[in-house]
Amino acid sequence: MPTTTKDALAAALGADNVRNATDADAVCGVRPQWVATVDGTESASAAMKIAAEHGLRVVPRGSGSKLDWGAAPTQVDLLLDLSAATGIVEHAAGDLVVHALAGTPVAEVDETVRAAGQQLAIDQPLPTATVGGVIATGTSGPCRHLFGGVRDLLIGITVVRADGTVTTAGGKVVKNVAGYDLGKVYTGSFGTLGVITEAVFRLHPVAAEHRWISATTTDPSTAGELADAVRHSQAVPSAIELNRAEPDGPITVCAQLEGRPSATHDRAAELAATLGHGADVLEAAPEWWGRHPFGPDGIGLRVAVEPAKVPHLLTAVRDAAGDLPATVRGAAGLGVLHVGLPGDADPSAVADLVTALRDRCGYAVVERAPLPVLAEIDPWGPVAPGLLTLMRRTKDQFDPEHRLAPGRFVGGI
Amino acid sequence: MQATSIETERSTLDQVVRRFRDVLPPDSVITDPQQRRTYECDGLASHRVVPAVVVLPDTAEQVRDIVRICAEHDVPFVARGAGTGLSGGALPHSDGVLVVTAKMRRILEIDLDNERAVVEPGVINLDVTRAVSGQGYYFAPDPSSQQVCSVGGNVAENSGGAHCLKYGFTTNHILALEVVTPDGEVVELGGPVREAPGYDLLGAFIGSEGTLGVVTKITVRLMRTPEAVKTLLAGFPSTDEAGAAVSAIIADGVTPAAIEMMDALAIEAAEQAVQCGYPEGAGAVLVVELDGPAAEVEHTFAEVQRHCEAHGAFEIRVAADDHERAMIWKGRKSAFAAVGRISPDYIVQDGVIPRTALPEVLGRIARLSAETGVRVANVFHAGDGNLHPLVLFDDSEPGAGERAEEVSGAILDLCIEHGGSITGEHGVGADKVKYMGRMFTADDLDTMQRVRCAFDPAGICNPGKLFPTPRLCGEAPGRRRGVHPLTEAGLAEQF
Repeated sequence: MPTTTKDALAAALGADNVRNATDADAVCGVRPQWVATVDGTESASAAMKIAAEHGLRVVPRGSGSKLDWGAAPTQVDLLLDLSAATGIVEHAAGDLVVHALAGTPVAEVDETVRAAGQQLAIDQPLPTATVGGVIATGTSGPCRHLFGGVRDLLIGITVVRADGTVTTAGGKVVKNVAGYDLGKVYTGSFGTLGVITEAVFRLHPVAAEHRWISATTTDPSTAGELADAVRHSQAVPSAIELNRAEPDGPITVCAQLEGRPSATHDRAAELAATLGHGADVLEAAPEWWGRHPFGPDGIGLRVAVEPAKVPHLLTAVRDAAGDLPATVRGAAGLGVLHVGLPGDADPSAVADLVTALRDRCGYAVVERAPLPVLAEIDPWGPVAPGLLTLMRRTKDQFDPEHRLAPGRFVGGI
Repeated sequence: MQATSIETERSTLDQVVRRFRDVLPPDSVITDPQQRRTYECDGLASHRVVPAVVVLPDTAEQVRDIVRICAEHDVPFVARGAGTGLSGGALPHSDGVLVVTAKMRRILEIDLDNERAVVEPGVINLDVTRAVSGQGYYFAPDPSSQQVCSVGGNVAENSGGAHCLKYGFTTNHILALEVVTPDGEVVELGGPVREAPGYDLLGAFIGSEGTLGVVTKITVRLMRTPEAVKTLLAGFPSTDEAGAAVSAIIADGVTPAAIEMMDALAIEAAEQAVQCGYPEGAGAVLVVELDGPAAEVEHTFAEVQRHCEAHGAFEIRVAADDHERAMIWKGRKSAFAAVGRISPDYIVQDGVIPRTALPEVLGRIARLSAETGVRVANVFHAGDGNLHPLVLFDDSEPGAGERAEEVSGAILDLCIEHGGSITGEHGVGADKVKYMGRMFTADDLDTMQRVRCAFDPAGICNPGKLFPTPRLCGEAPGRRRGVHPLTEAGLAEQF
């Protein structure tokens, strides 16, 4: 009979799959005691059953590309490593559906389906990001303007609950209204409701041709007008992005069109002519396209306004940034932009900027920041009281002992 | 629900009615048995229950007051929109309150700058589009009942429609909801800005079939009217050829706005009902609609025609104008009702299969029909594998109803067997509760109900729908000892 937690994990998963944690395994500076590697749903369930028996607090990890996003957990005993839970279970090309294990890199899934002229339209920028990681954090890229975000592409999900029970929601058909759409609840839940082990996504055909229409201005109002003009056009853009490298610098608005050969170029030329302001048609996306304006050691904020208020957001950043070299980039068409700052920026100045943006915009979330910044400010910001009550009750139902990524999420969930 | 005693229940309902009269105008509280009977079913007439009380609130505040009164007295309530649902989702509770949102039909705000509108739950689906079409916008979800169904009902059911192949479902077109939770709190889910942090409870609420609360305001996403729309009707010798054409179109990377298929029996019914003039002798027809930028549509349309011809279409008609397009759609959209022309009674089924399983499943349905002698007409959203088999029977014939039910159920089993779903758009409601355990495990259903427990720990919001076995809420899982207080109070049964 195993006597210690580590022995129990080893007995369930094999000794090779359990080890003591090191500093490199820390989650936002909080070091777990053990790391358990699982290769799929069954072993994740076995690990979670042991965790439940021993009262372990668990944080799941894929490739770790966003492990330092969100708030620091209050405590972690077990880091559940899903990087070995890889593989594409099924790619039903005729049905435009793919089923993959959570540890599979999104890039690998996309590469696989592209062989059939299809794409998983989660064009997020991090090269190692896994299926489970993009669901847990709800991250996607510019083309969510047309194809929707992770929540809209996810059609089925397998999740291991806090007690080790394996559950599924949704399925492998796009059109399905049987039961609650739990995939949406798990999307962006930062590991606080369960461990995502498998997912089924809808796919889209890859268009034959892409063009980018780009215009640059120094005036936030004009940038807003450009983005609005594309948004209200009948050109069906797949993305409308914006980039401003410095708080008071020039602003580039760039839209992506896609479709059939030749038709797409004509449409792009037509849209450029309509926009004016020196709009150009490009045959390749600008180098900043689809990339976060912050690196793995930088500071990244996500700030949102209503789509028609993008100039207001740009002005708010300019007014509140002070001496901080803030880059603004993101989905101008949706009103959701990232603000990037260098990792060594003064933490209290960053906290002041975030507070000012929370006052003037819909919300401002610190997606990732070094620990000194997290010590200064709640990365999530406020959630309306009634709504937070519902979220807390949801957490209590899924994880009554609060052992899953405790403290990582909004309101200290 | 079990009453501890009929007297206690009556006196509770009397108190509830008295309190309703304090907060609602006299004509908004209906207790007269004849008037209550009007609301005994929704669009699924085979399930009927007369509600104990009917209320017709006119404002969000009144909805909040009604729900609070129900919560304080532990009285179950059910929300109802236009009553067009096809799964008995709005089937009343015999000892409960039916909250009818039909008076809440105001469009509160239209904000084209941000491509959205705020509407009350009783607003008719098509009225949203009518309000903004002059400015070149529309509301995408288009269930066949869109001239009469309410947006609140669309939210409850996560309604689809012919065009959801390309544009998604209601859930992809709702930005925010103001809801009254079952304990009487007013909460906004979602909001005017996108991708706000926190659990996506908006996503959980849409499609929850009225089990998580009552919607009082809905912020819908509006879309730009497509620059061009082209529609064709193609006649094929059989559903096999039509199905192969669908697969070829999809494989070519084309995403039509809609691809609809009807088989010979459905064509015959539609022809009798609305004289839609579909190609004579067709074993199947396809309605294919493309929309988008004109240059794209022109190009792709030619490809679609080619695929239809290559797979045996013997006649292709292209709608030259809006009138001709309407005629093509008329046959398809009237198909359900049209079946009444060729059969005294019928069951409308709604199941989903992977599109590639279409030929096999249609073959199995045909065999099932031949073996049982029960006729089945097929109308479906071919692009996304959403079948609507219409199972025909004559209720005056002894045992015919039961046989039809069996065939209808066997079709759902086929959907599950092929990795599909027991419902693509009509919902589970009261009608398909018994099938949920075939598609999901007990653990899956238990997990879903944890969301229900978070919103409705007392289990008074549309009880008995969606889940075959209600989960008891109110304490940490696995910690309860003795009889559950709800069971003791006669408000819930444990199965």
